Amino acid sequence: MPAQLKTAGWYRAAAFTLLGLAFSFSLTTLIRSLYGYTPLIDGAAITIVSMIAVPFFFLVGLGAFDYWFYWASGRPTRAEDHASHGAHSWRDYFKVNTDHKVIGVQYVCTTFFFMFIGGLMAMMVRAELAAPGSQFVDGQDYNSLFSVHASLMIFLFIVPVFAGLANYVLPLMIGAPDMAFPRLNALSFWLLPIAGTLMTGSFLMPGGAFASGWTAYAPLSTTQPLGQMCFSIGVQFAGASSIATALNFLVTIITMRAPGMSFWRMPLLVWANFATSLLVVIATPFIAASQFFVLLDVALGFHFFDATIGEGRQGNVVMYQHVFWFYSHPAVYIMMLPGFGIVSEIISVKSRKPIFGYRMMAFSLLAIVLLGFTVWAHHMFVSGMQDWIRVPMMITTAIIAVPTGIKIFSWLGTLWKGVIHLDTPMLFALGFLTMFTLGGISGVMLAMVPFDIHVSDTYFIVAHIHYVLFGGSLFTIFAGVYFWFPKMTGRMYNEKLGKIHFWATFVFFNLTFAPMHVIGIQGMPRRVADYADQFAAWNFAISIASFFLGLSSLIFLYNMVNSWRNGKKAESNPYRSLTLEWQVSSPPPIFNFDEIPTVVGGPYEYGVPGAVHAIMGSAKPEPVAAAVGSNTESQEG
Amino acid sequence: MKNPREVTRSDVIMMIGIGIVASVVGIALGLWIDWFPAAAATQATSIDTFYDVLIIISVPVFVLVTIIVLFSALRFRVRAGEEELDGPPTHGNTRLEIIWTAIPSIMVTALCVYGASVLSDIDAAKADQIQVTAYAQQFAWDFEYTGTNGNKFLTEQMYVPCKPTTEAAGEGAPCVGRQIKFDIKAVDVIHSFWIPAMRMKQDAVPGIVTHTKVNPIRLGTYPIVCAELCGIGHSIMRSTIHVVTPARYTAWLAAKSAAKTG
Repeated sequence: MPAQLKTAGWYRAAAFTLLGLAFSFSLTTLIRSLYGYTPLIDGAAITIVSMIAVPFFFLVGLGAFDYWFYWASGRPTRAEDHASHGAHSWRDYFKVNTDHKVIGVQYVCTTFFFMFIGGLMAMMVRAELAAPGSQFVDGQDYNSLFSVHASLMIFLFIVPVFAGLANYVLPLMIGAPDMAFPRLNALSFWLLPIAGTLMTGSFLMPGGAFASGWTAYAPLSTTQPLGQMCFSIGVQFAGASSIATALNFLVTIITMRAPGMSFWRMPLLVWANFATSLLVVIATPFIAASQFFVLLDVALGFHFFDATIGEGRQGNVVMYQHVFWFYSHPAVYIMMLPGFGIVSEIISVKSRKPIFGYRMMAFSLLAIVLLGFTVWAHHMFVSGMQDWIRVPMMITTAIIAVPTGIKIFSWLGTLWKGVIHLDTPMLFALGFLTMFTLGGISGVMLAMVPFDIHVSDTYFIVAHIHYVLFGGSLFTIFAGVYFWFPKMTGRMYNEKLGKIHFWATFVFFNLTFAPMHVIGIQGMPRRVADYADQFAAWNFAISIASFFLGLSSLIFLYNMVNSWRNGKKAESNPYRSLTLEWQVSSPPPIFNFDEIPTVVGGPYEYGVPGAVHAIMGSAKPEPVAAAVGSNTESQEG
Repeated sequence: MKNPREVTRSDVIMMIGIGIVASVVGIALGLWIDWFPAAAATQATSIDTFYDVLIIISVPVFVLVTIIVLFSALRFRVRAGEEELDGPPTHGNTRLEIIWTAIPSIMVTALCVYGASVLSDIDAAKADQIQVTAYAQQFAWDFEYTGTNGNKFLTEQMYVPCKPTTEAAGEGAPCVGRQIKFDIKAVDVIHSFWIPAMRMKQDAVPGIVTHTKVNPIRLGTYPIVCAELCGIGHSIMRSTIHVVTPARYTAWLAAKSAAKTG
C-alpha cells in the first residue's frame, strides 16, 4: 500500500470515501436480502445510508480521529509534539489542524464560501420573481432554490461563521493558549464542509434538491423526493459541529481564563459566546430530533407525521413544529448574541469609552437565553395548536424585547460623548444598531397575535427575518471580519473599499428588504414562484435592488483577497484596544502568549487614567497597573 | 471658541425638536400609506386599527435610536489632533438603566393587553353562523356547504351573504353579514387558509380540524390564498370568496342544492 494511503490526508480520505460507498452498498444490500425485499439493490436506500456513513469514513481517512484511535488501541499517541499547530502554507488550511487560529480561518473562509453560494441562489430567486409568471425555473426548482438558500445561510454561514470568529479571538481574549479540546475543535470544523456538500449537492439528486423550505414542515417534507434527505442528514452534521463547538467554548471559558480574568472582567464577546453556547447545547438536539423524525418517516416508514384524514393514521403533524421551533427560535438568538458581542467590542474601542452598563449587558444576555426558550410557539399562532398558548407566548415574546432594548440603549450610552472613529467596522456596527432596531420593532409587531394572523407566512416575515439576520447578524459579521482582519491575517484591509462596501450594502439592503414589508401586508404570501399582478412593480424594484446588493458583496470579496495578499502590514494593536488579543503580534505567535498574561482590570477602561486590562507574565505582589502611564504604552505589555 | 464635543442645552432641545418632527412625519407617513387591502370583515377593521397603534408606538422608538446614532456620529467623531484622545470614562448610570428597562416593559405590557383584547374580539363567536368546511389539497380549495335541502355539496368558489347597509349594492358597498365559521381540513400536507381582505388565516393540518371565523362587511370578490408552502403548485393554490347580497346568495345556494340533488 502506498505511503500516501497510510498517512492522514486527502489521498487516504478519498480511499476511505470509496470504502464508505462500498460499505453502504454492501450493508444495504445485505439487509435487504435478509428481509427478502425486492429489488435487492435499491438506489434510494443506498444513497441514504451512504449520506450517513460515508462522511465518517471520509473523516477517518482525513485523520480527524487518528489521535483517539491511537489512544484507544493503546499505541503511542502524538499528543505533545503539536505538529498540527500553526499554518505555514495555504496547504495547511486543508488539513486537520488543531490550532484554534487556523481553525478560525478555516471556519470563516468556508462559511463565506457557502454565503456566496447561498447568495447566488437568492439572486436566482429574485430573478424568477422580477416579473409575475414563470421566467426560467419551475415550481419545484424555485422551491429548492429558496430552501437551499435559507439552509446554507443559516446552518453553513451565520451559525458557524460566529463560531469561527470566536474560535479565533475568544481564546486570545481570555489569555488561553488554545481551546480546551483542540482535536474536538478540528473535528467540529470538518463536519461543516460535509453538511455544506450534502445541502449544496442535493441539486444532483433525482427529483432535485430539497424543496420544503428550511423549516421542512412534515408531512410535506416526508413526501418529497430524495433530495430532502440531504437536508435531514446535512442538519445532523452541522448540528453536531455546532454542539461540539459550544461545549468547547463553555469548557474553555469556564476553565481556561488567565489568572485574574474573573467573569466580570471578561470582554462581552466572551460573555456573548458563553450565552450562545448555552443556547446551542440545550436547543440544537431538538432540531436534530425533528430531522431524525423526518428521516425515520421517509427511510423506515415510521409514520410519525402520517395523519391523513380517513386512513385512521395516528401521526401528529403539529408536534413536528413544536420540536422544530424549540430549536429554531433559540437559533435566532444563536445567530444574534455573538453579533451583540462583536458590536460591544467595536463600539467600545471605536468610541474610546467603557461599555455603558457592563453588568446589565451581561445580565441581559443571560435573560435572553432564559426567555429565548419560552417563546417558540409564536411561530405557530396559526398552526392549529391549542388556542390558549397564544397569549402567554405573545407576552414572553414581547418581553424579550426588554433585555434587547437594554443592550441597544447601552450601546447608545457608550457612543454618547465618545471619540468616535467612523471606520468600516464602526460603520457596520452603527448600521447594525439602526437596522436591528427596525428588525426588533417588526419583531414586537409580529409578537402581537392579531397582526401576526394576517402577516404570518407573508413577505412581511421575509422582510423581518432579513432585517434581523442581514441587517442584524450579517452587519455584525462584516464588522467583526473587518475589525479582526489585521489580527487574523497580519495585514490591513483597504479602508476606502470597506466604506464603499458598507454604504452600498446599507443602501441596497434597505431598498431590497424594506418594500417587502409593504407587499407582505398587502397580501403577498412568501415562498411563491408566481404572484398576482398587483405586486409586480414592487417585486421588479426589489429584484433590481437585490442584484446591486449581490454585487456589493464582490467589493468585500475583492478587498479581503487583495488585502490579505498585498495589504499593508498590520501593527499588533492598530486600534489602541485594551483587550488581550491586541496585546500580541498580528498574527499572534503559535501558542498565543509567550508569557501567560495576568488580568488586573476590566476590558473596557478607556479614558480611565492609567487603566490596564492585563499585564504579560505573573502579577507582582504590588500591581504594576498604576506605573503604566497611558493606554498606548501597554500595547506590548 | 466653543468646544465642539460639548453638548449644550440648545443641542438637546434641537434633538428633541428634530425627534418630534421626524416622529410626526414618520407616523403621518405610516398612517397615510395604504398598507392593507380593502377591509372586508370586522376582523380586518380591528387588525388595521391595531396596526395603526403599532405604527404610532414604533416610529418614535426608531427615531430615538437613529437620532442618537446620527448626532453621535456627527458631533463626537474624531477630529484632527484627537487621534490619541479618549472619551470620558462613564461606566453607567443606574437611574438611566432603570428608566430604559421600565419604559419598554410598560410599553410591551400595554401592547399585550391591547393585543389580547383584539384577539378575543376577532375570535368572538356570533349566534347566527353559516358553517362552511374548507378542504385543502394540493393544489386547490373545496368548500362544503349545507344546501337548502339539507344535503351537503362541494364548490370551488365561495359565496357568502351580506346585507347592504346603503342603497348601492355594487362592489365595495358596506354591508352586514352573518358570521362565517370555517372548519378547515387538509387531505394531504399542511396548507394555510387565508383571506387577505379579511385578515384571517388558519393552517389546514392533516389529522385535525382547525377553525376560523369572519364577519363580512363589504360586498365584493376577494382572493383566498394558500399561505403555507405545500409543494410544487403552492403559488397557484388560489380560490375566490364572493361577498354578495342575501338575494344572490339564496339564489346561488338554491341552484347548487338543486344541482346536487338533480
